[in-house]
Amino acid sequence: MAMAAPLTLHLLLALLLGSSGPSRAEPERDSLREELVLTPLPSGDVSATFQFRTRWDSELQHEGGTNHHFLRYAVLPREVVCTENLTPWKKLLPCSSKAGLSVLLKAERLFHTSYHSQAVHIRPVCRDSHCTSISWELRQTLTVVFDAYTTGQGKKDWSLFRMFSRTITEACPLASQSHVYVDISKNSQDNVTLEVSPPPKSTYQAVVLGVRRTYAVYDLLNPATFSGSRSLNLQLRWKQQQDSGGHLVPFLHAQRYVSGYGLQTGELSTILHNTHPYRAFPVLLLEIVPWYLRLYIHTLTITTKGKENKPSYIHYQPAQDRLRPHLLEMLIQLPANSVTKVSIQFERALLKWTEYTPDPNHGFYVSPSVLSALVPNLVGTKPTNWEESPLFSTMFPISDSSSHFVRLYTEPLLVNLPTPDFSMPYNVICLTCTVVAVCYGSFYNLLTRTFHLEEPKRSRLVRWLANIIRRIRGVPPL
Amino acid sequence: MAEGIMAERGRMDRVRGDRHPERDRNQALTALTMDPEKIRGKHAALCFATMAVMLGLPLWWKTTETYRASLPYAQIGQLDSLLLRLRVPVSVVFIQGSLPIVDQQKLPFTVVNERDVPLKCKMKLKCRFQQAYRMAGSHEERALKMDTIQEAEAALPSPKEDTVGSLNIFVIPEKSSLLPQDKMSYVGPKRTAFVRGAQGRQALTVIGQRVLQVAQSMSLTDDVLAAALGDRLPEDKRSDDKRRPLKASLGYEITFSLLNPDPKSHEVHWDIEGAMESFVQPFLSLFGALGNFSMDSQILYYAMLGVTPRFDAASSSYTLAAHSLPHVINPVEARLGSSAASLNPVINFLLYVPERAHSPLYIQDKDGARVATNAFHSPRWGGIMVYNVDPKAYNTTKFPVKVNVDMVQVMEVFLAQMRLLFGIPYPQMPANFVLAGPPSEGLRSWELDRLLWARTVENLATVTTTLTSLAELLDKIGNIVIKDDVASEVYRAVDAVHDAIVELAAGNLNSAFHASREAVTSSEKAFFDPSLLHLLYFPDDQKFAIYIPLFLPMAVPIFLSMIKIILENQKIRKDIEKVD
Repeated sequence: MAMAAPLTLHLLLALLLGSSGPSRAEPERDSLREELVLTPLPSGDVSATFQFRTRWDSELQHEGGTNHHFLRYAVLPREVVCTENLTPWKKLLPCSSKAGLSVLLKAERLFHTSYHSQAVHIRPVCRDSHCTSISWELRQTLTVVFDAYTTGQGKKDWSLFRMFSRTITEACPLASQSHVYVDISKNSQDNVTLEVSPPPKSTYQAVVLGVRRTYAVYDLLNPATFSGSRSLNLQLRWKQQQDSGGHLVPFLHAQRYVSGYGLQTGELSTILHNTHPYRAFPVLLLEIVPWYLRLYIHTLTITTKGKENKPSYIHYQPAQDRLRPHLLEMLIQLPANSVTKVSIQFERALLKWTEYTPDPNHGFYVSPSVLSALVPNLVGTKPTNWEESPLFSTMFPISDSSSHFVRLYTEPLLVNLPTPDFSMPYNVICLTCTVVAVCYGSFYNLLTRTFHLEEPKRSRLVRWLANIIRRIRGVPPL
Repeated sequence: MAEGIMAERGRMDRVRGDRHPERDRNQALTALTMDPEKIRGKHAALCFATMAVMLGLPLWWKTTETYRASLPYAQIGQLDSLLLRLRVPVSVVFIQGSLPIVDQQKLPFTVVNERDVPLKCKMKLKCRFQQAYRMAGSHEERALKMDTIQEAEAALPSPKEDTVGSLNIFVIPEKSSLLPQDKMSYVGPKRTAFVRGAQGRQALTVIGQRVLQVAQSMSLTDDVLAAALGDRLPEDKRSDDKRRPLKASLGYEITFSLLNPDPKSHEVHWDIEGAMESFVQPFLSLFGALGNFSMDSQILYYAMLGVTPRFDAASSSYTLAAHSLPHVINPVEARLGSSAASLNPVINFLLYVPERAHSPLYIQDKDGARVATNAFHSPRWGGIMVYNVDPKAYNTTKFPVKVNVDMVQVMEVFLAQMRLLFGIPYPQMPANFVLAGPPSEGLRSWELDRLLWARTVENLATVTTTLTSLAELLDKIGNIVIKDDVASEVYRAVDAVHDAIVELAAGNLNSAFHASREAVTSSEKAFFDPSLLHLLYFPDDQKFAIYIPLFLPMAVPIFLSMIKIILENQKIRKDIEKVD
């Protein structure tokens, strides 16, 4: 699975009006929390998610409520991710890459992984429950998936040093919290399948994506974590060969593809899976399709289990050529344990010849569709204190504890558009010139040449044959 | 008709094969010259050739030519040898007793002094001091009865002509106690100065010279001009340290960064917001005319200098030598990241709190002495100041140590550096002058005027260079397109230059500066317009590839028939000679 996820930058743009308040008390230092979550999978893949959250109190406030006229959404469907994306991202970290968890961010290791996803979120968050004042939050996340099985010669065991070629020596001195979590949910009471060393001081239980998980916790601010050795090199050993006993499939997942043949029409299909055993839930599907795919909105069909599924809400904004893309937003109810197919036909538009990209036969990328849903949990949870709980569970805090929020991006699509022959102008010039030259040449010859009547010279054989024919006809011979 | 018959006969003769040499040659000659078909063909070929040359070529030339709107080349050429007259209105006020009674009678209304400023290029610069003489009014008399010069200055009614670029010089009696005995003149923070009067026969001339001296040192002096014009001055006038101020621009970004390379030992607080309000804003509000300023601040942790300081055992401190300072900036700049946000030039001010292992840290100058401010600046880039933590603070066990930055001390240095970066050097005055300290904003009014003058002259010089090089480029490279809007920008720039010259000569400094800035904007817009380059990279081989399929089949028959006609004509001429 070699896949580079699109670099999605979520920028929540709010209208900011700069005004400095009169209060000039000792300003609090920006609070920083850093966190690394390691999730070993039975297949041998290890997913590592870094999260850094900087929160600061600023007098920048948005005036009144959020004006939705200023809401912007932009997607770059594909970008080749490389170190150039990582360097400015690392510069935003308070400890840069000098201390704390960020020392593990070595570009040459991070880009040799089978999955890479990097994000920056900026958003205002409420300081208290009444939301009278606002703090700003900068959250930087980086998720990579290492394939420990192939790089470790068939062994699924891994250590921090083998993955990142570094170990953790200290927490970032600016951080108020610095934790490493290792997912050890595979260990049941009587069946210990994995072993983590050094042994964790504490464990943490949480409901993540609707399922109960157990984590081994390492607090880097606690000096006891580093006791024994100077650095923390987490190691994990699988106790027994565990076959793929029930792959963890998320309750909501989706696929998207283009079908059809030829270069005139096609069909965009999105397949939504709800694998929840007994709960149905609604999904908000947002599609932004570029104008050069002309959607036929009347062909929009949504089918679940062979029956038509009528969306409870549709918002459609048609595209304008070269100005604005199609915007299609739908609220679809997904029945429990079902597959829903959303399809719509389109026609490919002809672009102006200067509008083609440098490699037009490669195709044009269409941005992924976005799914937002409140997915019901399998297990109930107690309401948690969001401020205390680890960062990985607080990206989208919701008050209702029986469900969790999921935002999914489907894969971007590659669509071929009718591509002209770009040497055509030259061919046309050549052809026209040839036609002009032929006409001109004969005309010129006709006008400038002199023509003489010449006696036909015939060979003796021809004359002999002609005389024979003449004699037969009774005409005097030549 | 007759020729036709003759030709017919000639052909008949040839067929019959008569052997009369004389007749034969004559007939062949007439056949050659007179054959109507051949003549018609020849005419047709000539017609084609004429059409191609007269109609085809101009049509092709006209349709494929690069579009050039007409430009004021003559005026651009004249810009090179520009004559700038800077009029400095000086109002000279005589206090009772500063002038002999005799001279008071014959006091001239105005006196004009001109001073040439030497420049390297053809541009000429003339400073024109227009001194308007008058006697003091009763208000002014009363004000100057005060005890000290500062009080007197404060009590003076604000003069009517207190506009940007003008000067007010008061001539006080020779024995006046307002000035210390050995000082001749006083230069105030506003546009006001005091000069001691004189007695005797040559009083007016002496006073005139003194007034001129004061006016010269308060207006565009050579060092200010050197800072503004840079390499346009003759070599001997250029300042040694090659101080280059920031280029004139429409706006500037000012970034204050606090570098804390050792957050484990230091927890540094700085009240940058308060400092901006109380120090930077008032200073920059004076510069409002120069451009828009936007300011931001940041704190960077683990930002190291590029140089490891040397340990000095004698004073148990660390030192940064002057020669290693150039290497300090680059590694830091990679982390600043401020230049990405805007097109305007960025001015960086860094406050560096050295790590505990390297403190105290001092900067040494070339002679090995400690720099008193512990700061240095890099022209057109910004300034760096090293802020040492009080060593007593380390006598605790609790780390990080809290450090509260003394913003007054820091801002003093940064504002002084800002003055230098903007090209306002410390004024150089003759020894017998008293120079008043700057007002609370940190800038004397006449210093601002000087800056405006310098910027105006710099702008005009920049426009001249831009427009002349544009004209030269157009002359050299034929493929550059000049669209109508680009041409109108050029016209606007030229007009604005003329406006600025007129305003300078009239003494309206503000409007002259605005005109010169407009000229710079227009000329840069014209010069960097992307439409200029549209056809620049159209290679010749592509042109040939397009033209050859059309031109080759059309031109070859014309050329061949032309050659044939010429050859035939030559042959006929030879034959006729033979016949003769």
